[in-house]
Amino acid sequence: MAVLLIAEVSGGALNLDATSKALTAAKQLGDVTILSAGEGCQGAAAEAATLDGVAKVLCASDAAYGHDLAEPVADLIVSLAGDYTHICAPSTAASKNILPRVAALLDVMVISEVTAVVDADTFERPIYAGNAIQTVKSSDGTKVMTIRTSTFDATGTGGSASVEEIAPAANPGLSEWVEDKVAESDRPELTSAGVVVSGGRGVGSEDDFALIEKLADKLGAAVGASRAAVDSGYAPNDWQVGQTGKVVAPDLYVAVGISGAIQHLAGMKDSKVIVAINKDEEAPIFQVADYGLVADLFTAVPELIEKI
Amino acid sequence: MKVLVPVKRVIDYNVKVRVKADGTGVDLANVKMSMNPFDEIAVEEAIRLKEKGVATEVVAVSIGVKQSQETLRTALAMGADRAILVTAADDVHTDIEPLAVAKILKGVIDAEEPGIVLAGKQAIDNDMNATGQMLAALTGWAQATFASELTVEGDSATVTREVDGGLQTIKVKLPAIVTVDLRLNEPRYASLPNIMKAKKKPLDEKTPADFGVDVAPRLEIVKTAEPEARKAGEMVGSVEDLVSKLKEAGAV
Ligand SMILES: Cc1cc2nc3c(=O)[nH]c(=O)nc-3n(C[C@H](O)[C@H](O)[C@H](O)COP(=O)(O)OP(=O)(O)OC[C@H]3O[C@@H](n4cnc5c(N)ncnc54)[C@H](O)[C@@H]3O)c2cc1C
Ligand SMILES: Nc1ncnc2c1ncn2[C@@H]1O[C@H](COP(=O)(O)O)[C@@H](O)[C@H]1O
Repeated sequence: MAVLLIAEVSGGALNLDATSKALTAAKQLGDVTILSAGEGCQGAAAEAATLDGVAKVLCASDAAYGHDLAEPVADLIVSLAGDYTHICAPSTAASKNILPRVAALLDVMVISEVTAVVDADTFERPIYAGNAIQTVKSSDGTKVMTIRTSTFDATGTGGSASVEEIAPAANPGLSEWVEDKVAESDRPELTSAGVVVSGGRGVGSEDDFALIEKLADKLGAAVGASRAAVDSGYAPNDWQVGQTGKVVAPDLYVAVGISGAIQHLAGMKDSKVIVAINKDEEAPIFQVADYGLVADLFTAVPELIEKI
Repeated sequence: MKVLVPVKRVIDYNVKVRVKADGTGVDLANVKMSMNPFDEIAVEEAIRLKEKGVATEVVAVSIGVKQSQETLRTALAMGADRAILVTAADDVHTDIEPLAVAKILKGVIDAEEPGIVLAGKQAIDNDMNATGQMLAALTGWAQATFASELTVEGDSATVTREVDGGLQTIKVKLPAIVTVDLRLNEPRYASLPNIMKAKKKPLDEKTPADFGVDVAPRLEIVKTAEPEARKAGEMVGSVEDLVSKLKEAGAV
């Protein structure tokens, strides 16, 4: 079995956390070649080559791959596909955009958000916002899948795979990048953080969300939010945790003023320890919480910041 | 310009899902079904394009059991002009895979020649997040997924996309496939008079064979199981209590 793992590269830098977690799943399938595609992605390729147990790294550096545009990247992957039984990628916004396109070009199904590898053809994945786990067996010649990183441990470094520069594929020129609006932050990244503090509609305003951020900073945590908090403008969209946001599984997840709708639970219920602070004792979030505190967040959170 | 909107009939998002005891799937008999929430947003956006004079006609299409007709009537009541039902299954438990759905939609596109397709980002039942991207591959068109803003001008569309780091704006050549995210708009409710009117709007019926598509699944469902339950937690009486429990557990 030969596996092509698409590294998560943005702005020329390797997303080591996502890539190394997907690698753990990929290694269960066979010999792994990593593809690093981007603009000026040689550094990312060199870093990927240090991951433990990688057979080879391919580096495709071209302006067309700089912003994860689906059409050129999919064409590149398809041009390499013949050599592999499996094509996988960490399940990020970029790969969720690209891999289904790859699959359809190869006339195979995509298998999204794989949470366990049973054997080379058989995989587990959550459906219905994680309320059911489906085991599927693929009959396709090439298996194309995204790997839910929150369920796999990261592969360590210590490898020294060779890096091969490859020529870019033709760019169909169907789309062009205009701009990115990316928030810079000193906090840990949401999907890889050991601690996440999330706020919901109960926080009440964008100004009061500073309280959530303060608690996060005290704990060295990333900040998350419910969809209601994002929709109400208290928090930016990339903080959303849930079925249609990010999936996180930190050692500690603190949910503040979040009711615990299934769509939110889908994104955090695999966290190791869950703390919920909510003034409504009936809130469903308490059903998944290890430690629940019925309290007004405006008194409890400042006290927590002080005492922790 | 014609807009094509694929809409899927799915379990209502408020319903608590039950896995069948025999592990063959999720129980869908006699549960409330609705239009996939993302597809409501896509229908809304299509209607707004028509109201702005950008679109001339909105065509909704659904693939599945014959009851998907109800979903199409909802789209018509919201303001779609016409609907196409592709009956591809008899049992409500049969889910047509995104690849087969995309192949059928490709057939519909060949016949209808829309200028843009607005699909949902993800169906909340199978959580695949694939159909729009697959359709873009089969048509050879540009794709703009996870849209939170859409502007159509001449022969291109500018789309702001929700990505992991924040927002990305791209410009795609038309025709294109756009998949919509939650914050694109707030879908309208259909008014009673519009629900009545929708009953008279045209609804064509087709089968996968009309498009020469085989809907046999590529993924065999070996089993469906309940996720592992979390062990019961405890309620704490005070912040102090919480802090000492967390310290005991080594969580802070
Ligand atoms: C298709 C679809 C996809 C979705 N995807 C997601 C997703 O990815 N992520 C997500 O989060 N949601 C998602 N949702 C939305 C989800 O259904 C809920 O609406 C949302 O999670 C609710 O957010 P919330 O808990 O912050 O708000 P609410 O449900 O309004 O809860 C607010 C809570 O705050 C508490 N509260 C209020 N004031 C205080 C106070 N002073 N002190 C303490 N507690 C207080 C209240 O008791 C209440 O429990 C999705 C919905 C749909 C239809
Ligand atoms: N059976 C179907 N009928 C109509 N549209 C569908 C169907 N399946 C998927 N779609 C469309 O594709 C989107 C993404 O679905 P999925 O790829 O299954 O997550 C949905 O939001 C719909 O717009």
